[in-house]
Amino acid sequence: MWKFFHQLASPPHFYRLAAVFSPWFALPGIALIAYGVYAGLFLAPMDYQQGDAFRIIYVHVPSAYLSLMAYMIMAISGGIGLIWRIKLSHAVAAAAAPLGAAFTFVALVTGSIWGRPMWGTWWEWGDPRLTSELILLFLYFGYMALRGAIDDTAKADKASAVLALVGVVNVVIVHFSVEWWSSLHQGQTLLKKGGPAMDPGMLYPLLAMILGFTFLFGSLLLRRVRTEVLFRERRTRWVREMVLSPEGS
Amino acid sequence: MNEYIAQQPGIFSGLWATARRDLLLAWKRPGDVLNPLFFFAMVCTLFPLAVGPSAAQLEFSGPGVLWVAALLATLLSLNSLFLGDFEDGSLDQLLVSPQPLPVLALGKTLAHWLTSGLPLVLVSPILAMTYRMPWSVVPVMMLTLVLGTISLSLLGSIGAALTVGLHRGTALLSLLILPLAMPVLLLGANTVSLAAGNDIYSTGIWALGAYAIASLSLAPYATAAALRISNE
Repeated sequence: MWKFFHQLASPPHFYRLAAVFSPWFALPGIALIAYGVYAGLFLAPMDYQQGDAFRIIYVHVPSAYLSLMAYMIMAISGGIGLIWRIKLSHAVAAAAAPLGAAFTFVALVTGSIWGRPMWGTWWEWGDPRLTSELILLFLYFGYMALRGAIDDTAKADKASAVLALVGVVNVVIVHFSVEWWSSLHQGQTLLKKGGPAMDPGMLYPLLAMILGFTFLFGSLLLRRVRTEVLFRERRTRWVREMVLSPEGS
Repeated sequence: MNEYIAQQPGIFSGLWATARRDLLLAWKRPGDVLNPLFFFAMVCTLFPLAVGPSAAQLEFSGPGVLWVAALLATLLSLNSLFLGDFEDGSLDQLLVSPQPLPVLALGKTLAHWLTSGLPLVLVSPILAMTYRMPWSVVPVMMLTLVLGTISLSLLGSIGAALTVGLHRGTALLSLLILPLAMPVLLLGANTVSLAAGNDIYSTGIWALGAYAIASLSLAPYATAAALRISNE
Protein backbone atom coordinates (compact mmCIF):
# COMPACT_ATOMS: atom_id res chain seq x y z
CA MET A 1 0.00 0.00 0.00
CA TRP A 2 2.63 2.55 1.09
CA LYS A 3 4.93 1.36 -1.63
CA PHE A 4 2.26 2.30 -4.16
CA PHE A 5 2.11 5.87 -2.85
CA HIS A 6 5.87 6.20 -2.68
CA GLN A 7 6.17 5.10 -6.26
CA LEU A 8 3.34 7.41 -7.25
CA ALA A 9 5.37 10.39 -6.13
CA SER A 10 8.24 9.50 -8.45
CA PRO A 11 7.90 11.44 -11.71
CA PRO A 12 8.93 8.72 -14.19
CA HIS A 13 6.62 6.20 -12.53
CA PHE A 14 3.73 8.62 -12.50
CA TYR A 15 4.40 9.55 -16.10
CA ARG A 16 3.96 5.94 -17.20
CA LEU A 17 1.03 5.31 -14.87
CA ALA A 18 -0.84 8.39 -16.05
CA ALA A 19 -0.55 7.24 -19.65
CA VAL A 20 -2.17 3.95 -18.66
CA PHE A 21 -4.95 5.52 -16.60
CA SER A 22 -5.84 8.47 -18.78
CA PRO A 23 -7.91 6.48 -21.36
CA TRP A 24 -9.70 4.64 -18.54
CA PHE A 25 -10.95 8.02 -17.38
CA ALA A 26 -11.61 9.35 -20.88
CA LEU A 27 -13.72 6.46 -22.19
CA PRO A 28 -16.35 6.31 -19.43
CA GLY A 29 -16.34 10.11 -19.43
CA ILE A 30 -17.16 10.33 -23.11
CA ALA A 31 -19.77 7.56 -22.85
CA LEU A 32 -21.50 9.21 -19.89
CA ILE A 33 -21.43 12.65 -21.50
CA ALA A 34 -22.82 11.21 -24.76
CA TYR A 35 -25.68 9.58 -22.84
CA GLY A 36 -26.22 12.71 -20.74
CA VAL A 37 -26.32 15.01 -23.76
CA TYR A 38 -28.79 12.81 -25.62
CA ALA A 39 -31.02 12.10 -22.63
CA GLY A 40 -30.80 15.67 -21.38
CA LEU A 41 -31.62 17.30 -24.69
CA PHE A 42 -34.18 14.85 -26.12
CA LEU A 43 -35.53 12.47 -23.48
CA ALA A 44 -35.83 14.67 -20.40
CA PRO A 45 -39.28 16.28 -20.03
CA MET A 46 -39.68 20.01 -20.38
CA ASP A 47 -39.72 22.04 -17.20
CA TYR A 48 -43.19 23.39 -16.51
CA GLN A 49 -41.83 26.80 -15.53
CA GLN A 50 -38.62 27.21 -17.46
CA GLY A 51 -39.48 25.36 -20.68
CA ASP A 52 -36.49 24.14 -22.61
CA ALA A 53 -34.20 26.74 -21.11
CA PHE A 54 -33.53 24.60 -18.06
CA ARG A 55 -31.58 22.14 -20.22
CA ILE A 56 -28.46 24.27 -19.89
CA ILE A 57 -28.06 22.88 -16.36
CA TYR A 58 -26.65 19.75 -17.95
CA VAL A 59 -23.53 21.76 -18.70
CA HIS A 60 -23.79 24.44 -16.05
CA VAL A 61 -24.06 22.30 -12.91
CA PRO A 62 -21.15 19.95 -13.70
CA SER A 63 -18.92 22.90 -14.63
CA ALA A 64 -19.81 24.82 -11.50
CA TYR A 65 -19.11 21.80 -9.32
CA LEU A 66 -15.79 21.12 -11.05
CA SER A 67 -14.73 24.74 -10.76
CA LEU A 68 -14.78 24.35 -6.98
CA MET A 69 -13.42 20.81 -7.08
CA ALA A 70 -10.43 21.92 -9.17
CA TYR A 71 -9.69 24.70 -6.70
CA MET A 72 -9.76 22.23 -3.82
CA ILE A 73 -7.46 19.85 -5.72
CA MET A 74 -5.13 22.76 -6.48
CA ALA A 75 -5.01 23.91 -2.86
CA ILE A 76 -4.75 20.45 -1.31
CA SER A 77 -2.01 19.27 -3.64
CA GLY A 78 -0.24 22.60 -3.17
CA GLY A 79 -0.45 22.07 0.61
CA ILE A 80 0.86 18.51 0.30
CA GLY A 81 3.73 19.79 -1.80
CA LEU A 82 4.47 22.50 0.74
CA ILE A 83 4.41 20.20 3.77
CA TRP A 84 5.96 16.98 2.45
CA ARG A 85 7.96 18.62 -0.34
CA ILE A 86 6.61 16.34 -3.04
CA LYS A 87 7.46 17.87 -6.39
CA LEU A 88 4.80 15.89 -8.22
CA SER A 89 1.95 17.35 -6.20
CA HIS A 90 3.07 20.86 -7.18
CA ALA A 91 2.88 19.70 -10.80
CA VAL A 92 -0.70 18.55 -10.14
CA ALA A 93 -1.57 21.96 -8.69
CA ALA A 94 -0.03 23.73 -11.67
CA ALA A 95 -1.92 21.50 -14.09
CA ALA A 96 -5.26 21.87 -12.28
CA ALA A 97 -5.34 25.70 -12.30
CA PRO A 98 -6.09 26.38 -16.01
CA LEU A 99 -8.62 23.52 -16.07
CA GLY A 100 -10.40 24.94 -13.05
CA ALA A 101 -10.40 28.41 -14.57
CA ALA A 102 -11.86 27.00 -17.78
CA PHE A 103 -14.68 25.24 -15.93
CA THR A 104 -15.35 28.40 -13.92
CA PHE A 105 -15.58 30.34 -17.15
CA VAL A 106 -17.98 27.80 -18.67
CA ALA A 107 -20.11 27.89 -15.53
CA LEU A 108 -20.24 31.70 -15.71
CA VAL A 109 -21.12 31.81 -19.40
CA THR A 110 -23.81 29.13 -19.16
CA GLY A 111 -25.21 30.75 -16.02
CA SER A 112 -25.42 34.07 -17.78
CA ILE A 113 -27.07 32.52 -20.87
CA TRP A 114 -29.60 30.81 -18.60
CA GLY A 115 -30.20 34.10 -16.86
CA ARG A 116 -31.15 35.87 -20.07
CA PRO A 117 -34.62 34.23 -20.49
CA MET A 118 -35.11 33.71 -16.73
CA TRP A 119 -34.17 37.11 -15.34
CA GLY A 120 -34.36 39.08 -18.57
CA THR A 121 -30.73 40.11 -18.23
CA TRP A 122 -27.36 38.61 -19.07
CA TRP A 123 -25.94 39.40 -15.71
CA GLU A 124 -27.74 39.55 -12.40
CA TRP A 125 -25.61 40.94 -9.58
CA GLY A 126 -28.24 39.88 -7.09
CA ASP A 127 -27.58 36.20 -7.62
CA PRO A 128 -25.04 35.11 -4.99
CA ARG A 129 -23.77 32.08 -6.90
CA LEU A 130 -22.96 33.97 -10.06
CA THR A 131 -21.10 36.62 -8.05
CA SER A 132 -19.10 34.11 -5.99
CA GLU A 133 -18.25 32.23 -9.17
CA LEU A 134 -16.90 35.44 -10.68
CA ILE A 135 -14.72 36.03 -7.63
CA LEU A 136 -13.52 32.44 -7.93
CA LEU A 137 -12.48 33.16 -11.51
CA PHE A 138 -10.48 36.16 -10.28
CA LEU A 139 -8.84 33.95 -7.66
CA TYR A 140 -7.77 31.58 -10.43
CA PHE A 141 -6.42 34.51 -12.45
CA GLY A 142 -4.40 35.72 -9.48
CA TYR A 143 -3.02 32.24 -8.89
CA MET A 144 -1.97 31.78 -12.51
CA ALA A 145 -0.53 35.31 -12.67
CA LEU A 146 1.62 34.66 -9.61
CA ARG A 147 2.84 31.39 -11.12
CA GLY A 148 3.65 33.18 -14.37
CA ALA A 149 5.50 36.02 -12.67
CA ILE A 150 8.04 33.85 -10.83
CA ASP A 151 10.69 32.36 -13.07
CA ASP A 152 12.08 29.82 -10.62
CA THR A 153 9.72 26.83 -10.73
CA ALA A 154 10.36 25.65 -7.17
CA LYS A 155 9.71 29.14 -5.82
CA ALA A 156 6.61 29.60 -7.98
CA ASP A 157 5.27 26.29 -6.68
CA LYS A 158 5.60 27.22 -3.04
CA ALA A 159 4.42 30.80 -3.38
CA SER A 160 1.34 29.81 -5.34
CA ALA A 161 0.60 27.01 -2.86
CA VAL A 162 0.49 29.58 -0.05
CA LEU A 163 -1.83 31.73 -2.15
CA ALA A 164 -4.11 28.79 -2.94
CA LEU A 165 -4.37 27.87 0.74
CA VAL A 166 -5.20 31.45 1.71
CA GLY A 167 -7.73 31.42 -1.13
CA VAL A 168 -9.45 28.27 0.15
CA VAL A 169 -10.21 29.92 3.46
CA ASN A 170 -11.48 32.89 1.54
CA VAL A 171 -13.73 30.96 -0.86
CA VAL A 172 -15.91 29.99 2.10
CA ILE A 173 -16.02 33.56 3.40
CA VAL A 174 -16.81 34.86 -0.09
CA HIS A 175 -19.70 32.42 -0.34
CA PHE A 176 -21.32 33.46 2.93
CA SER A 177 -20.69 37.17 2.60
CA VAL A 178 -22.10 37.24 -0.93
CA GLU A 179 -25.14 35.31 0.25
CA TRP A 180 -25.69 37.85 3.04
CA TRP A 181 -25.18 40.71 0.62
CA SER A 182 -27.63 39.41 -1.99
CA SER A 183 -30.26 38.74 0.67
CA LEU A 184 -30.24 42.50 1.27
CA HIS A 185 -31.11 43.26 -2.30
CA GLN A 186 -33.69 40.70 -3.27
CA GLY A 187 -36.09 38.44 -1.48
CA GLN A 188 -35.64 35.19 -3.27
CA THR A 189 -33.70 33.72 -6.14
CA LEU A 190 -35.17 31.42 -8.72
CA LEU A 191 -32.82 28.70 -7.62
CA LYS A 192 -34.10 27.90 -4.16
CA LYS A 193 -32.12 26.08 -1.54
CA GLY A 194 -32.94 22.39 -1.80
CA GLY A 195 -35.24 23.21 -4.67
CA PRO A 196 -38.24 21.24 -5.81
CA ALA A 197 -37.72 17.51 -6.19
CA MET A 198 -36.48 16.74 -9.66
CA ASP A 199 -38.19 14.43 -12.08
CA PRO A 200 -36.09 11.26 -12.48
CA GLY A 201 -36.13 11.82 -16.24
CA MET A 202 -34.33 15.11 -15.63
CA LEU A 203 -32.19 13.92 -12.73
CA TYR A 204 -30.48 10.87 -14.25
CA PRO A 205 -29.03 12.72 -17.26
CA LEU A 206 -27.75 15.37 -14.85
CA LEU A 207 -26.07 12.76 -12.65
CA ALA A 208 -24.59 11.16 -15.76
CA MET A 209 -23.25 14.52 -16.88
CA ILE A 210 -21.76 15.27 -13.47
CA LEU A 211 -20.03 11.92 -13.37
CA GLY A 212 -19.00 12.18 -17.02
CA PHE A 213 -17.52 15.65 -16.53
CA THR A 214 -15.63 14.39 -13.49
CA PHE A 215 -14.14 11.54 -15.49
CA LEU A 216 -13.29 13.92 -18.30
CA PHE A 217 -11.67 16.28 -15.83
CA GLY A 218 -9.67 13.38 -14.38
CA SER A 219 -8.46 12.38 -17.80
CA LEU A 220 -7.54 15.92 -18.81
CA LEU A 221 -5.80 16.48 -15.49
CA LEU A 222 -3.72 13.33 -15.93
CA ARG A 223 -2.73 14.44 -19.42
CA ARG A 224 -1.82 17.92 -18.24
CA VAL A 225 0.19 16.58 -15.32
CA ARG A 226 2.03 14.32 -17.74
CA THR A 227 3.12 17.20 -19.94
CA GLU A 228 3.89 19.28 -16.85
CA VAL A 229 6.11 16.50 -15.47
CA LEU A 230 7.81 16.06 -18.81
CA PHE A 231 8.56 19.78 -19.01
CA ARG A 232 9.78 20.05 -15.43
CA GLU A 233 12.00 16.98 -15.74
CA ARG A 234 13.29 17.91 -19.17
CA ARG A 235 16.90 18.00 -17.98
CA THR A 236 16.83 14.64 -16.20
CA ARG A 237 18.23 11.42 -17.48
CA TRP A 238 15.02 9.42 -17.67
CA VAL A 239 13.39 11.94 -19.98
CA ARG A 240 16.43 12.09 -22.23
CA GLU A 241 16.67 8.32 -22.34
CA MET A 242 12.97 8.01 -23.08
CA VAL A 243 13.06 10.56 -25.87
CA LEU A 244 16.14 8.99 -27.43
CA SER A 245 14.90 5.41 -27.15
CA PRO A 246 13.47 3.92 -30.36
CA GLU A 247 9.94 3.54 -28.95
CA GLY A 248 9.69 7.25 -28.24
CA SER A 249 7.09 7.92 -25.59
CA MET B 1 20.43 27.28 29.76
CA ASN B 2 17.62 28.99 31.61
CA GLU B 3 19.75 32.04 32.13
CA TYR B 4 20.41 32.14 28.43
CA ILE B 5 16.70 32.06 27.67
CA ALA B 6 16.05 34.73 30.24
CA GLN B 7 18.49 37.04 28.50
CA GLN B 8 16.64 36.77 25.21
CA PRO B 9 14.37 39.68 24.49
CA GLY B 10 10.70 38.75 24.63
CA ILE B 11 8.28 38.44 21.75
CA PHE B 12 6.77 41.84 22.30
CA SER B 13 10.11 43.63 22.15
CA GLY B 14 10.59 42.14 18.66
CA LEU B 15 7.12 43.23 17.65
CA TRP B 16 7.65 46.69 19.06
CA ALA B 17 11.12 47.11 17.56
CA THR B 18 9.99 46.36 14.00
CA ALA B 19 6.86 48.48 14.36
CA ARG B 20 8.82 51.38 15.87
CA ARG B 21 11.43 51.25 13.14
CA ASP B 22 8.79 51.41 10.40
CA LEU B 23 6.95 54.21 12.18
CA LEU B 24 10.20 56.18 12.43
CA LEU B 25 10.88 55.62 8.73
CA ALA B 26 7.38 56.80 7.91
CA TRP B 27 7.92 59.86 10.11
CA LYS B 28 11.08 60.73 8.19
CA ARG B 29 9.35 60.31 4.86
CA PRO B 30 5.84 61.71 5.34
CA GLY B 31 5.16 61.48 1.60
CA ASP B 32 4.70 57.74 1.89
CA VAL B 33 1.90 58.29 4.36
CA LEU B 34 0.33 61.30 2.70
CA ASN B 35 0.26 60.06 -0.90
CA PRO B 36 -2.27 57.26 -0.30
CA LEU B 37 -4.35 59.76 1.69
CA PHE B 38 -4.40 62.22 -1.20
CA PHE B 39 -5.22 59.33 -3.50
CA PHE B 40 -8.13 58.42 -1.23
CA ALA B 41 -9.45 61.97 -1.30
CA MET B 42 -9.02 62.23 -5.06
CA VAL B 43 -10.86 59.00 -5.86
CA CYS B 44 -13.69 60.28 -3.67
CA THR B 45 -13.68 63.48 -5.74
CA LEU B 46 -13.74 61.61 -9.03
CA PHE B 47 -17.13 60.05 -8.46
CA PRO B 48 -19.26 63.17 -8.06
CA LEU B 49 -17.48 64.62 -11.09
CA ALA B 50 -18.29 61.50 -13.10
CA VAL B 51 -21.85 60.74 -12.00
CA GLY B 52 -23.07 64.27 -11.31
CA PRO B 53 -23.62 66.30 -8.15
CA SER B 54 -27.22 65.24 -7.47
CA ALA B 55 -27.67 64.97 -3.69
CA ALA B 56 -29.81 61.84 -3.75
CA GLN B 57 -27.28 59.99 -5.86
CA LEU B 58 -24.34 61.03 -3.71
CA GLU B 59 -26.13 60.01 -0.54
CA PHE B 60 -26.92 56.66 -2.10
CA SER B 61 -23.45 55.91 -3.47
CA GLY B 62 -21.40 57.52 -0.67
CA PRO B 63 -20.70 54.42 1.45
CA GLY B 64 -19.70 52.35 -1.57
CA VAL B 65 -17.45 55.02 -3.04
CA LEU B 66 -15.69 55.68 0.27
CA TRP B 67 -15.08 51.99 0.76
CA VAL B 68 -13.79 51.38 -2.76
CA ALA B 69 -11.49 54.38 -2.41
CA ALA B 70 -10.21 53.13 0.95
CA LEU B 71 -9.53 49.70 -0.51
CA LEU B 72 -7.61 51.14 -3.46
CA ALA B 73 -5.62 53.51 -1.25
CA THR B 74 -4.63 50.62 1.03
CA LEU B 75 -3.53 48.61 -2.00
CA LEU B 76 -1.43 51.52 -3.19
CA SER B 77 0.51 51.66 0.05
CA LEU B 78 0.95 47.89 0.34
CA ASN B 79 3.49 47.61 -2.42
CA SER B 80 6.17 49.29 -0.33
CA LEU B 81 5.51 47.20 2.78
CA PHE B 82 8.51 44.91 2.30
CA LEU B 83 10.11 46.50 -0.75
CA GLY B 84 12.45 48.91 1.05
CA ASP B 85 13.61 46.22 3.44
CA PHE B 86 14.11 43.83 0.57
CA GLU B 87 16.25 46.30 -1.33
CA ASP B 88 18.52 47.38 1.52
CA GLY B 89 18.87 43.87 2.94
CA SER B 90 17.21 44.44 6.29
CA LEU B 91 14.59 41.86 5.32
CA ASP B 92 17.35 39.25 5.46
CA GLN B 93 18.11 40.42 8.99
CA LEU B 94 14.48 39.82 9.94
CA LEU B 95 14.63 36.34 8.40
CA VAL B 96 17.73 35.27 10.34
CA SER B 97 16.60 36.90 13.57
CA PRO B 98 15.93 34.53 16.51
CA GLN B 99 12.59 36.22 17.00
CA PRO B 100 9.65 34.33 15.46
CA LEU B 101 9.10 35.67 11.96
CA PRO B 102 5.28 35.85 12.17
CA VAL B 103 5.63 38.26 15.09
CA LEU B 104 8.05 40.46 13.18
CA ALA B 105 5.74 40.39 10.16
CA LEU B 106 2.89 41.37 12.46
CA GLY B 107 5.00 44.27 13.73
CA LYS B 108 5.54 45.52 10.21
CA THR B 109 1.85 45.12 9.41
CA LEU B 110 0.92 46.98 12.58
CA ALA B 111 3.10 49.88 11.50
CA HIS B 112 1.55 49.73 8.06
CA TRP B 113 -1.94 49.95 9.50
CA LEU B 114 -0.98 52.83 11.78
CA THR B 115 0.45 54.77 8.83
CA SER B 116 -2.11 53.87 6.16
CA GLY B 117 -5.33 52.47 7.65
CA LEU B 118 -5.68 54.75 10.64
CA PRO B 119 -5.15 58.02 8.70
CA LEU B 120 -7.81 56.88 6.22
CA VAL B 121 -10.24 56.32 9.06
CA LEU B 122 -9.47 59.75 10.52
CA VAL B 123 -9.92 61.54 7.21
CA SER B 124 -13.05 59.67 6.16
CA PRO B 125 -15.58 61.81 8.13
CA ILE B 126 -14.63 64.88 6.09
CA LEU B 127 -15.17 63.03 2.85
CA ALA B 128 -18.36 61.43 4.17
CA MET B 129 -19.66 64.91 4.89
CA THR B 130 -19.21 65.92 1.25
CA TYR B 131 -21.31 62.89 0.35
CA ARG B 132 -24.05 64.16 2.70
CA MET B 133 -23.76 61.21 5.00
CA PRO B 134 -25.88 61.74 8.13
CA TRP B 135 -23.81 62.37 11.29
CA SER B 136 -25.38 59.39 13.01
CA VAL B 137 -23.92 57.10 10.35
CA VAL B 138 -20.37 58.49 10.47
CA PRO B 139 -19.31 56.54 13.62
CA VAL B 140 -20.59 53.31 12.05
CA MET B 141 -18.62 54.04 8.90
CA MET B 142 -15.48 54.75 10.92
CA LEU B 143 -15.91 51.53 12.87
CA THR B 144 -16.31 49.48 9.68
CA LEU B 145 -13.25 51.20 8.23
CA VAL B 146 -11.19 50.47 11.37
CA LEU B 147 -12.06 46.78 11.29
CA GLY B 148 -11.87 46.60 7.51
CA THR B 149 -8.49 48.30 7.10
CA ILE B 150 -7.01 46.02 9.79
CA SER B 151 -8.12 43.03 7.71
CA LEU B 152 -6.91 44.64 4.50
CA SER B 153 -3.46 45.41 5.92
CA LEU B 154 -3.10 41.83 7.13
CA LEU B 155 -4.38 40.25 3.92
CA GLY B 156 -2.27 42.65 1.93
CA SER B 157 0.85 41.74 3.88
CA ILE B 158 0.50 38.18 2.54
CA GLY B 159 0.30 39.49 -1.01
CA ALA B 160 3.16 41.91 -0.47
CA ALA B 161 5.31 39.11 0.94
CA LEU B 162 4.51 36.87 -2.04
CA THR B 163 5.35 39.52 -4.61
CA VAL B 164 8.36 41.13 -2.95
CA GLY B 165 11.29 41.25 -5.33
CA LEU B 166 9.24 40.50 -8.43
CA HIS B 167 9.21 42.77 -11.43
CA ARG B 168 5.85 44.37 -12.19
CA GLY B 169 4.85 43.54 -8.65
CA THR B 170 2.26 46.31 -8.25
CA ALA B 171 -0.25 45.05 -10.80
CA LEU B 172 0.26 41.48 -9.64
CA LEU B 173 -0.29 42.47 -6.02
CA SER B 174 -3.66 44.01 -6.91
CA LEU B 175 -4.60 40.92 -8.87
CA LEU B 176 -3.80 38.71 -5.89
CA ILE B 177 -5.33 40.82 -3.16
CA LEU B 178 -8.50 42.24 -4.72
CA PRO B 179 -10.41 38.94 -4.94
CA LEU B 180 -9.40 38.15 -1.37
CA ALA B 181 -10.47 41.61 -0.23
CA MET B 182 -13.90 41.50 -1.84
CA PRO B 183 -15.73 40.10 1.21
CA VAL B 184 -14.32 42.94 3.35
CA LEU B 185 -15.48 45.55 0.86
CA LEU B 186 -18.87 43.94 0.53
CA LEU B 187 -19.42 43.71 4.28
CA GLY B 188 -18.05 47.17 5.00
CA ALA B 189 -19.86 49.15 2.33
CA ASN B 190 -23.18 47.40 2.81
CA THR B 191 -23.08 47.79 6.58
CA VAL B 192 -22.70 51.54 6.13
CA SER B 193 -25.52 51.55 3.57
CA LEU B 194 -27.74 49.67 5.99
CA ALA B 195 -26.94 52.11 8.77
CA ALA B 196 -27.72 55.01 6.44
CA GLY B 197 -31.07 53.41 5.64
CA ASN B 198 -31.89 53.07 9.36
CA ASP B 199 -31.75 49.31 9.05
CA ILE B 200 -30.22 46.72 11.37
CA TYR B 201 -26.50 46.74 10.63
CA SER B 202 -24.99 44.81 13.54
CA THR B 203 -24.54 41.62 11.45
CA GLY B 204 -22.03 43.38 9.25
CA ILE B 205 -20.07 44.78 12.20
CA TRP B 206 -19.84 41.37 13.85
CA ALA B 207 -18.80 39.73 10.58
CA LEU B 208 -16.14 42.39 9.96
CA GLY B 209 -14.88 41.97 13.51
CA ALA B 210 -14.71 38.20 13.06
CA TYR B 211 -12.84 38.68 9.80
CA ALA B 212 -10.38 41.05 11.46
CA ILE B 213 -9.74 38.64 14.35
CA ALA B 214 -9.36 35.66 12.01
CA SER B 215 -6.90 37.50 9.80
CA LEU B 216 -5.04 38.82 12.84
CA SER B 217 -4.48 35.28 14.07
CA LEU B 218 -3.80 33.57 10.72
CA ALA B 219 -2.33 36.10 8.29
CA PRO B 220 1.04 36.64 10.06
CA TYR B 221 1.86 32.94 9.63
CA ALA B 222 1.02 33.05 5.93
CA THR B 223 3.05 36.26 5.56
CA ALA B 224 6.02 34.67 7.32
CA ALA B 225 5.82 31.56 5.11
CA ALA B 226 5.57 33.75 2.01
CA LEU B 227 8.56 35.87 3.08
CA ARG B 228 10.68 32.74 3.57
CA ILE B 229 9.63 31.44 0.14
CA SER B 230 10.29 34.64 -1.76
CA ASN B 231 13.70 35.11 -0.12
CA GLU B 232 15.13 31.65 -0.59
